[in-house]
Amino acid sequence: MNEPKLPLKERMKIDRQSMPEQNATLRSGNFLEVNLGFTEKMALLEAQRCIQCKEPKCVQGCPVMVNIPRFLDFVVAGDLTAAARSLFGDNALPTVTGRVCPQETQCEAQCVRGIKGKPVAIGYLERFVADWARSNRDAVKIEPCAATGKKVAIVGGGPAGLTAAGELVKLGHEVTLYEALHKPGGVLVYGIPEFRLPKLIVEEEVERLVQAGVKIENNVVIGRTYTLPELRAQFDAVFIANGAGLPVFMNVAGENLKGVYSANEYLTRVNLMEAYALNSDTPILRARRVAVVGGGNVAMDAVRTAKRLGAERAILVYRRSRAEMPARVEEVHHADAEGVDFENLVAPLEVIGNDKKWVTGLKCQRMELGEPDASGRRSPKPIPGSEFVLECDAVVVAIGTRANPLLTATCPDLKLNRWGNIEADDNGMTSIPGIFAGGDIVRGAATVILAMGDGKRSALAIDAYLSPTP
Amino acid sequence: MHLVTAKVQLSPNVTRLDLEASRIAEIRQPGQFVIVRLGNGAERIPLTIADADPARGTIALVIQAVGKSTRDLVALEVGDSILDISGPLGHPTEMISSGRAICVGGGVGTAVVHPIAHGLHQRGVEVISIIGGRSREWVIFEEELRRLGQVIVCTDDGSYGRQGFVTDATREVLEAGGVDIVYAVGPVPMMRAVANLTRPFGVRTIVSLNPVMVDGTGMCGGCRVDIGGQTKFACVDGPEFDGHLVDFDLLAERLGTYREFEQQASAACEAGSCRVGLARPDPSSPAKP
Ligand SMILES: Cc1cc2nc3c(=O)[nH]c(=O)nc-3n(C[C@H](O)[C@H](O)[C@H](O)COP(=O)(O)OP(=O)(O)OC[C@H]3O[C@@H](n4cnc5c(N)ncnc54)[C@H](O)[C@@H]3O)c2cc1C
Ligand SMILES: Cc1cc2nc3c(=O)[nH]c(=O)nc-3n(C[C@H](O)[C@H](O)[C@H](O)COP(=O)(O)OP(=O)(O)OC[C@H]3O[C@@H](n4cnc5c(N)ncnc54)[C@H](O)[C@@H]3O)c2cc1C
Ligand code: SF4
Ligand code: SF4
Ligand code: FES
Repeated sequence: MNEPKLPLKERMKIDRQSMPEQNATLRSGNFLEVNLGFTEKMALLEAQRCIQCKEPKCVQGCPVMVNIPRFLDFVVAGDLTAAARSLFGDNALPTVTGRVCPQETQCEAQCVRGIKGKPVAIGYLERFVADWARSNRDAVKIEPCAATGKKVAIVGGGPAGLTAAGELVKLGHEVTLYEALHKPGGVLVYGIPEFRLPKLIVEEEVERLVQAGVKIENNVVIGRTYTLPELRAQFDAVFIANGAGLPVFMNVAGENLKGVYSANEYLTRVNLMEAYALNSDTPILRARRVAVVGGGNVAMDAVRTAKRLGAERAILVYRRSRAEMPARVEEVHHADAEGVDFENLVAPLEVIGNDKKWVTGLKCQRMELGEPDASGRRSPKPIPGSEFVLECDAVVVAIGTRANPLLTATCPDLKLNRWGNIEADDNGMTSIPGIFAGGDIVRGAATVILAMGDGKRSALAIDAYLSPTP
Repeated sequence: MHLVTAKVQLSPNVTRLDLEASRIAEIRQPGQFVIVRLGNGAERIPLTIADADPARGTIALVIQAVGKSTRDLVALEVGDSILDISGPLGHPTEMISSGRAICVGGGVGTAVVHPIAHGLHQRGVEVISIIGGRSREWVIFEEELRRLGQVIVCTDDGSYGRQGFVTDATREVLEAGGVDIVYAVGPVPMMRAVANLTRPFGVRTIVSLNPVMVDGTGMCGGCRVDIGGQTKFACVDGPEFDGHLVDFDLLAERLGTYREFEQQASAACEAGSCRVGLARPDPSSPAKP
């Protein structure tokens, strides 16, 4: 290890570097990335804020246990090649997680520097190192080991499927990834907008896998084009990572009026189908006032997208208060700065329309927070007589997703839980030997890093399954 | 990439394209559809698999040029290709295995009805096809359907077959009795009219719905329709449903969501600024024989 550049006392004096970002007024009118990334100088300063704990708590906070002090130490030493190798060894998509992980509840929440001041900006540094590797690809090239002759199929090209593909190809297996859409990436390409995660990044990650030998077949819907039993027969093992992509609606009157979208549809049209470009073939309603229902990352992405599509008012309707919002804190701040209107403690009752069946408003009710429930969250209770109509021309519903039954319906032997999610053991193995599953289809809507963790764990379990020790 | 292997103009604005898609050709069943995307930047649109040749590995799509995306598709020539075809999607048609069926096809819907009639015929069901168009040159798939049973052709202007709507002919056949099931595919008003017609007869009626779709896998919910008060996703729960339960008004309204956008895209296309159609012959001109 290199000598620390600065003594501990000096390190403690450095302030947390803040992320340079596009001006709020400017960015609310474009789809370019909001965060611009650390400069090398900032990264060096910030990395020195890490005091290299002997028992690093931050690592415990990371679902895939990225060795944070190690890669930060390499940054301090100026050896970015080593930093990148260390980071990519633990986490296959740091360009993505550095941007979208909820750091404030994971790695950074545990950082000891957060006790008295601000935690080390682990996410920003992860992004810095990963972005450096984008222009230094050879440093982190995937080197497959000798071919095993075993064939593995992966269903779904989201973070879980991509991670598993990378791990399996590294281990010498022949990997074919089937993706239902015309492009792999899952939520990373159809859900999370360009201004948070540029699509080029996902494309580069996919390209890295292809170069390592992963075969990708787009436009293949497992359950339709091939059934799961057919795949199982043709491959030595299968990893299912088809996500939780079935939108849940509010189940209120007026929900099928023109102008009511699921967040999935709204975001897919804009992101995957590039409807934000004015000459796109795929249309999107450019409404004057858009009400987005929900308080998670999905709702935040939808409402900020509405603003960028030119909405005069982009309103977030959430039934609890701002403190309870499950979205990343940074996204809530960004939305606020971009001029999103927050209607907190408000629950929708009905979508109102005109005689042409166009949305004209959202009938809502005000809520107050009651006693904390079993989960410790204070549950919202309606305030009688507080009904009002929020005028809007489009409503985007972002209140969650469920397991899509399209695939599982064609394989009745696969054990599901009562919500339709696939049951998997600690290694990701399902009730059918040789078929593994991970990501949102197992957990319900969760996070990118948890999906990736599942992909990695299942890949190792598949490897063990395919090469039993004598 | 999916090569166009044959192209035939069937009526003034309906074109049949045969395309390489071997897996789909092998396993598709009547009633199923594909989602196609011509090239980068193009829209994803659903089209029914009108026919397939598993030996040659091709499927047939019968496309009515109504807007930008369909016009770009019918402008393709043999030797050109389509970037993305995904499928087969949707549930296969619910078939009966004996008895008598009426297959009603309006306009391009006749092409969708054809694989259904074919499947029924193979199962030994007696098929009566009732097909229609504005005038003679708009009638399609007559010859193919004749091979499967009786065909009644109706034209609005009486230039061919009998004058009148397909519903008139359908009523007569229903009144004659012995009909076990009716399949109706065509414009929304036609399907609604057929469903209303068969209701008092108590004859099961299957319609194929055509809401706007994006992914075709149940992910976006854009294709939702109301079936007996319940919301269903046409791409995964359909596209065929019990016509007596469909809320046709809602379907018709929702289909108009992007009308303004479509009109602009169409106008731009006609003005020559449409990207894909640019270097191609005018698709609305009649095909070479
Ligand atoms: C708008 C939005 C914003 C989000 N923001 C964040 C965030 O900031 N931070 C965070 O950590 N998490 C975020 N999430 C959650 C996160 O994206 C998901 O938890 C994660 O993507 C799940 O990964 P996955 O690989 O399991 O599935 P997905 O990403 O859903 O990928 C599944 C893939 O499988 C394909 N597929 C589906 N069915 C089939 C089939 N039958 N055959 C073949 N392929 C199929 C799909 O097309 C898709 O490409 C967000 C989610 C959304 C929707
Ligand atoms: C399951 C299914 C099967 C279909 N099969 C056929 C077929 O075999 N042959 C055929 O000619 N047409 C078929 N259609 C209709 C066809 O998809 C539309 O005509 C086409 O998408 C119109 O696109 P456009 O850009 O050319 O026209 P536009 O100008 O965009 O629209 C013209 C009309 O098509 C509807 N439409 C627009 N976009 C879509 C979309 N993404 N999905 C569905 N409808 C849309 C609009 O509501 C409008 O009424 C089918 C539709 C569905 C849902
Ligand atoms: S993967 Fe996510 S949680 Fe883990 S260290 Fe990186 S940013 Fe933190
Ligand atoms: S807890 Fe904080 S200071 Fe300690 S090693 Fe981790 S990042 Fe560094
Ligand atoms: S087309 Fe998206 S859910 Fe049916």
